[in-house]
Amino acid sequence: MSDQSDLDNDRAPGEDSGGVDIRGKMVTYIVGFLLAAVLSIASFAVVHSGVIYGPGIPVALIALAIAQMGVHLVFFLHVTSGPDNTNNVLALAFGVLIVGLVLIGSIWIMGHLDHNLMPASMPAM
Amino acid sequence: MSGDPHKLGRGEIAPSERGPAPKRVVVAYGFWIFLLTDFIMFAGFFAAYAVLAKATAGGPAARDIVELPLVGGETALLLASSFACGMAGIATAAKNRFWFQIAMAATALLGAGFLALEAYEFLHLIGEGHGPQRSAFLSAFFALVGCHGLHVTLGLVWLTTMMAQVQAKGFRDEILRRIACFSLFWHALDIIWVALFTTVYLLGVAG
Repeated sequence: MSDQSDLDNDRAPGEDSGGVDIRGKMVTYIVGFLLAAVLSIASFAVVHSGVIYGPGIPVALIALAIAQMGVHLVFFLHVTSGPDNTNNVLALAFGVLIVGLVLIGSIWIMGHLDHNLMPASMPAM
Repeated sequence: MSGDPHKLGRGEIAPSERGPAPKRVVVAYGFWIFLLTDFIMFAGFFAAYAVLAKATAGGPAARDIVELPLVGGETALLLASSFACGMAGIATAAKNRFWFQIAMAATALLGAGFLALEAYEFLHLIGEGHGPQRSAFLSAFFALVGCHGLHVTLGLVWLTTMMAQVQAKGFRDEILRRIACFSLFWHALDIIWVALFTTVYLLGVAG
């Protein structure tokens, strides 16, 4: 998989560094699995444990989720910052941009519409 | 030779003089683009859910229908399934058919366990009269979670097809490309599940 001519090419998405180091590859997956498990357990624990100040819980949950997605991308999908990964990372960044626009734009605009269409709570003009 | 003294992961052929990328890279990259568009489609479902989450029409809200132990079980099964899929990828790189089939069978069983829990959850909700027709919130809930479940179901079909193809044809180049794409797909589903159990279930209980 990683012969000399391959050095000139970009790495395929999801492809690891190649080679036949089975033990090293397994260690990568085990580390990723443990990190993801810890973050998942932390997410579920945060909801009811009272460790975190109540109004801060949603922020903590979102931070934990983003961290876990990062763990999945790095350890399971082998996304790196290396030059052979530039195309994959740029495509991912564009996807994240559009996802962010769709989510934030929808929530923002629909929130305003909802706020402006509340006849029951509007005082009589 | 010149220009890049550190040879950052590159050989010595200038980009303009390299031929087209190998098919392995092109196919996986194309599938990567598809997955990103799939994320964008999911973003639409997530946005609809976020907008409609409070529109319960007098019916149950998220905190009334969420059973966290069940969701925790689903999360554990899908994460373990993703790990087993990674093991199958290592067996593929080592061209070891036996361990490939073992790891893929484990991936399939764990994925099927996830689907069984989700099916139980859906049937339980519908049985209690909390089906998708009850409120806009429940419509958005079933659409979002069901869309992910549909992806997992299709993934299971793909997975068993790959097991059969490896058994019948061995690790030929085109089979290797399909396995690489399947592995991307399966890991991506787990990433979507992380977003899903956080926004729908945990924020539903906490928010």
